Amino acid sequence: MSDISSHRGSSSLLVADARTKRRNAAEARFRSYGVAAIAIALIALVTLLISIFGNGASAFRQTFVTVPITLPAETLDPSGNRDPAEMAKVTTIGYGNVLKAGVTAAVREAGVVPEGMADSDIAGILSQEAPAQLRAMVLENPELIGTTVETHVLAHGRIDGFFKGRVTMESAQRDSNVTPERLQLAQAMTEKGLMSSGFNWGFVTMPDASDQRPEAAGLGVAILGSLFMMFVVVLLSLPIGVAASVYLEEFAPKNRWTDVIEVNISNLAAVPSIVFGILGLAIFINFAHLPQSAPIVGGLVLTLMTLPRIIIPARAALRAVPPSIRDAALGVGASRMQTVFHHVLPLAAPGILTGMIIGLAQALGETAPLLLIGMVAFVRDYPGGLFDPASALPVQVYNWTQRSDPAFVERASGAIIVLLVFLICMNAIAIILRRRFERRW
Amino acid sequence: MPVLWIALIVLAAAAIAYVLARRSALASAQGDVRRMHSLPSYYGWHAFILTALPALLLMLAWLIFQPLFIENRIASQLPAEATATATSQQLAMRDVRSVADGLQAAISSGAITPEEMEAFTNDPSTLRARLGEAGVALGGNVTSETLEAAQNFRALASTMNLTMTVLVIGVALAGAAIALKQVRPDFWARNAVERTVMGLLIFASAIAIFTTISIVFSMVFETMNFFRQYPWQSFFFGTTWSPVFHGNSQLGIVPLLWGTLYISFIALLVAVPIGLFAAIYLSEYASNRVRSFAKPLIEVLAGIPTIVYGLFALVTVGPLLRDYFAQPLGLGSSGTSVMTAGLVMGVMIIPFVSSLSDDIINSVPQSLRDGSLGLGATKSETIRQVVLPAALPGIVGAVLLAASRAIGETMIVVLGAGAAARLGLNPFEAMTTITVKIVSQLTGDTDFNSPETLVAFALGLTLFVITLGLNIFALYIVRKYREQYE
Amino acid sequence: MNDMRIAERDVSTSETKIAARGVQVHYGTTHALKDVDIDILNGNVTAFIGPSGCGKSTFLRCLNRMNDTIAAAKVTGSIKLDGEDIYDAKVDPVQLRAKVGMVFQKPNPFPKSIYDNVAYGPKIHGLTRSKAELDNVVETSLKKAALWNEVKDRLHSPGTGLSGGQQQRLCIARAVATSPEVLLMDEPCSALDPIATAQVEELIDELRGQFAVVIVTHSMQQAARVSQKTAFFHLGNLVEFGETGQIFTNPRDPRTESYISGRIG
Repeated sequence: MSDISSHRGSSSLLVADARTKRRNAAEARFRSYGVAAIAIALIALVTLLISIFGNGASAFRQTFVTVPITLPAETLDPSGNRDPAEMAKVTTIGYGNVLKAGVTAAVREAGVVPEGMADSDIAGILSQEAPAQLRAMVLENPELIGTTVETHVLAHGRIDGFFKGRVTMESAQRDSNVTPERLQLAQAMTEKGLMSSGFNWGFVTMPDASDQRPEAAGLGVAILGSLFMMFVVVLLSLPIGVAASVYLEEFAPKNRWTDVIEVNISNLAAVPSIVFGILGLAIFINFAHLPQSAPIVGGLVLTLMTLPRIIIPARAALRAVPPSIRDAALGVGASRMQTVFHHVLPLAAPGILTGMIIGLAQALGETAPLLLIGMVAFVRDYPGGLFDPASALPVQVYNWTQRSDPAFVERASGAIIVLLVFLICMNAIAIILRRRFERRW
Repeated sequence: MPVLWIALIVLAAAAIAYVLARRSALASAQGDVRRMHSLPSYYGWHAFILTALPALLLMLAWLIFQPLFIENRIASQLPAEATATATSQQLAMRDVRSVADGLQAAISSGAITPEEMEAFTNDPSTLRARLGEAGVALGGNVTSETLEAAQNFRALASTMNLTMTVLVIGVALAGAAIALKQVRPDFWARNAVERTVMGLLIFASAIAIFTTISIVFSMVFETMNFFRQYPWQSFFFGTTWSPVFHGNSQLGIVPLLWGTLYISFIALLVAVPIGLFAAIYLSEYASNRVRSFAKPLIEVLAGIPTIVYGLFALVTVGPLLRDYFAQPLGLGSSGTSVMTAGLVMGVMIIPFVSSLSDDIINSVPQSLRDGSLGLGATKSETIRQVVLPAALPGIVGAVLLAASRAIGETMIVVLGAGAAARLGLNPFEAMTTITVKIVSQLTGDTDFNSPETLVAFALGLTLFVITLGLNIFALYIVRKYREQYE
Repeated sequence: MNDMRIAERDVSTSETKIAARGVQVHYGTTHALKDVDIDILNGNVTAFIGPSGCGKSTFLRCLNRMNDTIAAAKVTGSIKLDGEDIYDAKVDPVQLRAKVGMVFQKPNPFPKSIYDNVAYGPKIHGLTRSKAELDNVVETSLKKAALWNEVKDRLHSPGTGLSGGQQQRLCIARAVATSPEVLLMDEPCSALDPIATAQVEELIDELRGQFAVVIVTHSMQQAARVSQKTAFFHLGNLVEFGETGQIFTNPRDPRTESYISGRIG
């Protein structure tokens, strides 16, 4: 006894002995590791978000050229009857010439052209998409022909990059797509109000564009494709997921078969998503001959992937309904089926719905399986239905990262902002649902 | 008749059957609901199910098997040289299908009249141009054999469609008739309906099984095809990965597996300490206020799509590591590298480690902590010597789940790790993983008969087996651990 | 267990070990303990009795500051161990708990071997210098807890594999191994069968030769059997404190009498 006590440093409680001091230092150290771990995780999150928003926010602003353009009737409507069907025969090349002439005249008149800049060089400040914009505007409103209209078209991507700091006078010298003169012209035009930057609705509504015109690339097709896929996912996974959870939680006998299903579901939830892509490619495309790049296939693949992730929370929600509710319903003579559908399911609905929305949010951000079923293809036509080729938001991001023009990095980050906005909305709805209807027994 | 229309007709018939059955049930009980076994609506639902379900199931089965059947019949009519090998038969059938589809589209849009059709039978050479005018593009000129097969294809398809329409609607009407005959007050309609609903519920939960089976089958068959063309020894033990178009590819999985494991290892090196310490801090030290904001924020990391991490790796982390670490240290000049992908992936899996560890640490009984604190142990001594050893199996399970997550991750490595298959130790060099190669072998133009494409299925199967093994093992450990404290 | 036999009352005139004055405990807005004054004497077993929720366990946990682990608990008043206030800002609860050991209601052996369970305390407090010394401490502690003979052949098998009574004696051995000056026991027998209870009670009587023992119990018979002093708590108040014999045979407060005769509780 006494031999042990003698090792104790101090006998008074009020004086900490050396060993206790050491131990308390170790305690503080250990605690600081925890704080550091949390700090690192949060810093990583913040850095990630800052990096994405910093790179992508500028995608929502775009440089436009605003000049008066005279629309000559003889070139744009040779037959002269203002019939859009006939006018459609004039291609973008025709409109390109009109635009070129108009812009050259306008900047000459404003006196902003740098010394020695050739007329042929001036039109280079315009986007290659600009003639198509003009054409669309005229075809929509044939009455404009023969008049002079204030036209608002996209500037070239490099000009836009110049105002966003991506392109400099030095880099322009080495660049075949832009010259320092054009940048000077753009600067001068901005001062005269012929060029301005504004909110870029086209980024959200326009379809993808080719490598040479990042300024025209938009998310219209991708957003539509993602919405179509989510429609398929909701339509299939909500009933199937609810039915499966109801069966497993309320009716399934506790036997081997049920065990197999349960183990299966928890394992499916952890199967790498790319494996579902292989499944989709082999079954839906190669075997069932469904069209490639179609939202229906994407929706089916995402449904299979999302189902286990919906079933697990749905079962938890059903389990949280106390057995007394079931006993009460059975006690007044309801069948088990009536008990579940009249009482248990409505009580578990908020929980099931919350899990569903979170599962959907995951599906919305999923990329890898969609690459394998061809959704990475370049699609410019808005899909009209589930079987038409389309893109998807996260795949569009991937697609843009594979382009060489750095302007597409800005676009890809911008697309992620759009994706994150969708995800934040969905998660916010889930949180509100949970707060609003959460019941504790 | 289009499938959608048939389905609508069947559903309409079912709705009518519902109304009739309900009315006749009420009538047979002279309007006294108490004399019937079930509520009137159950008689209606019984009729609805009997009308719609068998008919729609028949239609579904028909739609699945019709193309297979037609394909077989048409293939047998193709000339012998076209069906000599599996590849040539597939190509020939693809031509036939596209001609048939093209003709169908052109005729239904009115661009080609049926009379014109006759003329093409004698002279198929103009068909491509004519279809092109009608807005249907064909890959090549049409031979008379192909055209004939295509015509047969269309004829067979339309006959079978008609048969299906008649049969499906017939089954629906028969079902309605049987259901209406069954309506009597002593018929147990509710039980009949509930049996069907139960069947549907069971079917829904079996979809998980079907999914697994189709995953395995979709990969096993193509993998077998692959091993018929490429020796399995070279696949599993080959140390070179260099796919070449048109033969002589070296498709060894070892460098891909190495890249996968190396990157996952770095990711775990980041995620395990951070995730574990975060979990310990949150569950043992943090006040409720800190916990209520830090925990959800860390879990946000798990909700961010992987493509976002991929882009982060590509545009931020990669260049940063290259400019400030790799180049000054003379370790390489690649933006994509094992380190880039590993670090970013590590951040992604922090919440997987921390949430599961948090749950597991919380399930260690408080009495153990009290026992240790009561002896005068400090909090950290209690955690290190009592709580963590008690929670160890569960934490190992959590780490294994995170590892399986890292091994199967695709987008971060596609954008962050690079595409070069390499066996090396320098973490600042680009390497590649199994998932990256699955993506690159299966996107773009693919020929499903060449080993360069089929190898993706063998890679997929390997990946599936590895992750499944890890998951099953991890879930087993976690489950065993939970039982211990229940 | 109707045996109301009173333990031998050889109350020593030894000095006060713990002196509590005006102790109040609040859990959030609940006033759990009101104004408790008590003296714990060396070489005695002091029993705290009372109906559940009366504050007896709360007070026990104040004596080695285990209430610190509950964020909402707030303790005021003074508790002095050998004349030093244990709630003084300079006091490290870790050091305090090494002097004031505790045994809990449910046996809570660590998921380690029997040996490691007992050696845990000496190890963290650095009480031994060599392996041999540690072996020695483990052996004496297990002997003091009357467990040595049952486990000496399986010291390295897990402590969780023992029976309930053995586990509780292991926990006592674990507490004894740090050579505390006071041993607190929170209903140590509530999870045990009668035979194991008898063994533990016998042990408690032996231990009081070395430390002041404080035991919380819901069983009046047990209090009567093992203790020299008894304190009766009711609704957060210390109703009566005195010689065990006097409390059980001649209570001064009517509430004590009702409880002992079975009307409260």
